[in-house]
Amino acid sequence: MKLTIEKLHTASNITDQFKPKSSGIIPKGLTLIAVLIITSILIVILGNIILGGIGIISWDFLSSPPENGMESGGIFPAIFGTVALVILMTIAVVPMGVMTALYLNEFTTPGSKITRIIRIGINNLAGVPSIVFGLFGLGFFIGFIGSGIDSIFYDSGRPVWGQPAIIWASLTMALLTLPVVIISTEEALRTIPQDIKDASYALGATKLQTIRRVILPQAMPGIFTGAILAINRGAGEVAPIMFTGAAYYLPYLPHKLNDQFMEMGYHIYVMATQSPDIEATKPILYGTVLVLLLLTFMLNFVAIILRSKIRSKRLTI
Amino acid sequence: MFIVEALGKALSLPSVSQNWLLTKMKKLKFKSKSTIGEYIGKKIITINSFAALFAILLIFVFIFKEALPIFYDEFIQEEVSVEKMIFKQSFAEGRDAKFSWQPNSDNPRYSLLPLFVGTLKAALIAMLFAVPLGVGGAIYSSQFASKRMREIIKPVIELLSGIPSVVLGFFALIVLATFLQNSFGFTYRLNSINAGIALGLAVIPIVFTISEDALISVPNSLKDAALALGANRWQVSFTMTLPAAFPGIAAGIVLGFGRAIGETMIVLMASGNAAIISENFGDSIRTFSATIAAELAEVVFGSAHYSVLFFLGTLLFVFTFLINIGGDIILNKLKGKMQGEQS
Repeated sequence: MKLTIEKLHTASNITDQFKPKSSGIIPKGLTLIAVLIITSILIVILGNIILGGIGIISWDFLSSPPENGMESGGIFPAIFGTVALVILMTIAVVPMGVMTALYLNEFTTPGSKITRIIRIGINNLAGVPSIVFGLFGLGFFIGFIGSGIDSIFYDSGRPVWGQPAIIWASLTMALLTLPVVIISTEEALRTIPQDIKDASYALGATKLQTIRRVILPQAMPGIFTGAILAINRGAGEVAPIMFTGAAYYLPYLPHKLNDQFMEMGYHIYVMATQSPDIEATKPILYGTVLVLLLLTFMLNFVAIILRSKIRSKRLTI
Repeated sequence: MFIVEALGKALSLPSVSQNWLLTKMKKLKFKSKSTIGEYIGKKIITINSFAALFAILLIFVFIFKEALPIFYDEFIQEEVSVEKMIFKQSFAEGRDAKFSWQPNSDNPRYSLLPLFVGTLKAALIAMLFAVPLGVGGAIYSSQFASKRMREIIKPVIELLSGIPSVVLGFFALIVLATFLQNSFGFTYRLNSINAGIALGLAVIPIVFTISEDALISVPNSLKDAALALGANRWQVSFTMTLPAAFPGIAAGIVLGFGRAIGETMIVLMASGNAAIISENFGDSIRTFSATIAAELAEVVFGSAHYSVLFFLGTLLFVFTFLINIGGDIILNKLKGKMQGEQS
């Protein structure tokens, strides 16, 4: 209230200072320029990538492995690796994220100390740089868990699990995307009216039954959105998998959990920076970037549509 | 339970045995499958919900653990110590002492200053580029834009934030660097300006989204009061809305800075990765994050170099952690204030 009155004083002072008819065309114009610059940069980037990559994309490109030191051939192993990575990641992250969101919304009163502490953890996890996740994956999953399994179950000198592998890369990625899943599940949980839950309890259902039969089905679009956003993020991040499982080039596809794998983002990085002849790899590089962009945009698009559906539902209730 | 009572009455048992039966039945019910399942299910959910918190702790513990030998291991301290990372190091007897990062030479030196300068240069340019555009865009979108215009701006920002950082790095490396060199005549194609602008593209969506949220959440009562006093729309924006939303905009900038410091792929690909200290923004730079990404793959497990890279990771982690906590506190205070005024 105090603030409001102060503000009103300043407002009235200011209105005395300015002519009432100053139109505000300058601030409007300046900020509009900012919007136009952002938009044109986006158009330039997308246009450049689409024009550079559209010519190379074909069924052969998508379905064949790289050849001649990545100067020809396709990117099938990278696509396969990316898909395998995000599937494993989703299996790990969705149950974890959904359970956390359930706990925060159904098991505790909002604003309680525990909720606040967990929320601080989630927010901070979302802000940890991706390269730090890579270090963590190397130190924890490979150096601690993987090597631990090796020393207990295998006594050969060669590492079996204590080495970069697709399972460690996807678990690292799962931690990185955990906040995304939690936040969008929570958003959906908040839209479920208390009446429906009360009705379920009144009919004698227990908490878990209510969660399984009433809450989760209602929250499904939100969980789905969270999973898609997580996949989107996981498919685009490179730093966390650089040391935890991604490989420059593999002559075979990963078929065990402790195999290394090729990945699209990493493939782009390798081709762009390690190639001996950048001009020769350029078409394939552009093609790969375009495929990755199309994949992430498609996922984003689906997530945006789902989310707007959830939001409109909340308004109607 | 009334069945028990009816049974007791029918058999005309004394009330003591009726109570005994009741308690037995209650215990039996507790042991029934659904209750145990319920109990375990709830415990699993509860324990699991601490995963995020636990992960933060684990990340710190496991990264710091690998960095710890720098502080006590004598063998490693011959090569590197905190002093050696901070102060000047001489390359050989009789040569001038310098700040340099040369972990792979015969006489490895790990001065953090060149990396620190590089990180700061890239983040500074990124912020100079992203803050005017991000905040300006947010002001336009929240204050001046028509509904249809806003429907165009939102997807633009969402598309921009959806571009993976490796793609931005690719664009900076292949296209932007050439363009900038041709326009401004830089000696080095990959330099701090190139990396900074690409980094800025990743920061714009953060600054925009948080600033716009803050601007929109300014309560209408404030604006209405000013309008009633005769202020016109842009005067309301600049005398009421902007000052009220300022903490939110500041939080957006702070969190954007955190992202700029921690972002890896863009600087790794676009900055040239030369660890030199210079005030010339046209020179190549090497940042903390890019150093870890570029060197960890070739490093010997458990060596001094390995520990130093994890130490860099610890620094990055602690720094972004503090920035995130700071940003969160500002945003929460703002949220409380806005809600307080609305009621």
